[in-house]
Amino acid sequence: MQIAIISGKGGTGKSSITAAFASIEKNVVLADCDVDASNLYLLFTPTHNEERAYVGAETAIIDNNLCISCMKCWENCRFDAISYVNQKINISDVACDGCGLCARICPTQAIMMQQHDKSRLYSGSFRYGKMVYGVLAPGEENSGKLVNEVRSKANIIATENDLAITLIDGPPGIGCPVISAIANVDGVVLVTEPTLSGFHDLKRIKEIADNFRLPACVIINKFTINEKISSEIEAWCKKEKVNFAGKIPFDLVMVEAMTQLKTIIEYQPNGTITKKLKEIYNYIKLNINKQTN
Amino acid sequence: MLFKTHGNKQLKIAIASGKGGTGKTFVATNLYSVLQQNQVSSILIDCDAEEPNDHFFFKSISKTNKEVQVNIPVISTESCVFCDKCHEYCHYNAIFYLPSLQQIHVMEDLCHSCGACSVACEHNAITEKKKTIGTVTTYLLPGNYKLIESRVNIGVYSPVPVITSAIKEAEQQGIIILDAPPGTSCPFIHTVNNADYVVLVAEPTPFGLSDLQKTIAVLHILEKPFGIVINKSDIGTLAMSDFIQKENYDLLLSIPFDRSVASFYSEGKIMAEREEKWKEIFENLIDKIIETACK
Repeated sequence: MQIAIISGKGGTGKSSITAAFASIEKNVVLADCDVDASNLYLLFTPTHNEERAYVGAETAIIDNNLCISCMKCWENCRFDAISYVNQKINISDVACDGCGLCARICPTQAIMMQQHDKSRLYSGSFRYGKMVYGVLAPGEENSGKLVNEVRSKANIIATENDLAITLIDGPPGIGCPVISAIANVDGVVLVTEPTLSGFHDLKRIKEIADNFRLPACVIINKFTINEKISSEIEAWCKKEKVNFAGKIPFDLVMVEAMTQLKTIIEYQPNGTITKKLKEIYNYIKLNINKQTN
Repeated sequence: MLFKTHGNKQLKIAIASGKGGTGKTFVATNLYSVLQQNQVSSILIDCDAEEPNDHFFFKSISKTNKEVQVNIPVISTESCVFCDKCHEYCHYNAIFYLPSLQQIHVMEDLCHSCGACSVACEHNAITEKKKTIGTVTTYLLPGNYKLIESRVNIGVYSPVPVITSAIKEAEQQGIIILDAPPGTSCPFIHTVNNADYVVLVAEPTPFGLSDLQKTIAVLHILEKPFGIVINKSDIGTLAMSDFIQKENYDLLLSIPFDRSVASFYSEGKIMAEREEKWKEIFENLIDKIIETACK
């Protein structure tokens, strides 16, 4: 069973909740698909059994010695990446999308495409099973391809080690990386918070889950920050027929646990939040099972 | 107050954070409110096109929408000779090509609108149509202030064209605040690359510190000056302030955690409008930004 935990809005506590689920389940494949800001490895310090370079985008580079200033590249670039300054063609790394058209049409072969291979995919073991995570190099394009690589590696590991549950910590937002993180999972968990922003983002992310016809469960984190909005979210779940898995009160103990590099389950094994999260996790598993059978 | 005499010089300030939910929008909206309260010529641009939320914090008088469109190729199977050239030119695997069945078409969700296929085609089989990928909304606020919002449609490969259209809308003088998207990849880069100065909002937790370091690495590549705001400064660890001190970065402000602020904020309200204390905090912040950005 593959469960993806996503949130739309950042900072709702998605990663802390994913980590808690891993320590409840105890034997999982954990796939950190928030490749832009992967953090779970900080908490779980997994072994690195495998490190693989991920070749992401390409960018064009120009050899000005070969360039004859014919301006063909400049005319055809749709990304405003090419400029002509001091009688020299200049290609902006930031603006270049890596489409490769300029390199193809340059009559003097002055333009080369350079591959970026600084991003990494890691896999190894941690205290609750196996872990896979991607680290996107600073400034790389997050098209969802690295997320796909993390997912397929996680699938291989799950089969090889006969691990029944894969937990996927998804990226924020509603773009391609999120879609890659939830494609073909058995269920998604939507973590929200009781703020106008959190509620708004929940609606956007639910639309994506619906597009993929995925069973979805909602968790409201820090619900005591605004109980009015929290009950509005609950009412909305009811109306939209989204399964409501439960709500967790705001408590600084969540932050304390993280600063000690522990999950909340490890930090307070008998605490109220631990108890609540166990209930929520069981509810989610049951629910996904029910809907996939 | 420095910012009052800043006059009409244009200064673009991006408010960013690697990690989501650190209080980036809290800082951006409060800063903008303080500028409005002091009648400083300014504008706020919500560049978090995947999840734009700034509009919750301001009452608008009216709004106008502008669609953001990109070009998508259309292949005519009548003119197409199935030579494979467009398929070969397409870097994004956006052309579905099955010559044995005389099948060829564009998979729009994968297309980056680079135009390579049109250049490749020697048989005039490719034309282009417009596809809407998002909206730029201009909210008119009291006092002739404006909030410009970028909003990308669900499932679009990149919000960047929508973000850059929103930034282009604000061709005016004064202080321009860009509320940047989270992360460190393209949407973030295209936003901060348009700014003169970047304010990083960070939380002093292990996750927050790691994301701050990643974000700073990108800003070094882009050679952008920046300063740091530590939000919820009294929870978490001292590792972040130690790091900032060790690296000699500019610490612009530390905001202690306050649960009542979190509740007030959750309803889309602005602290700098409610309490004089908060108004002063953000007036001092904008001064500190101008001081550091212009040094």
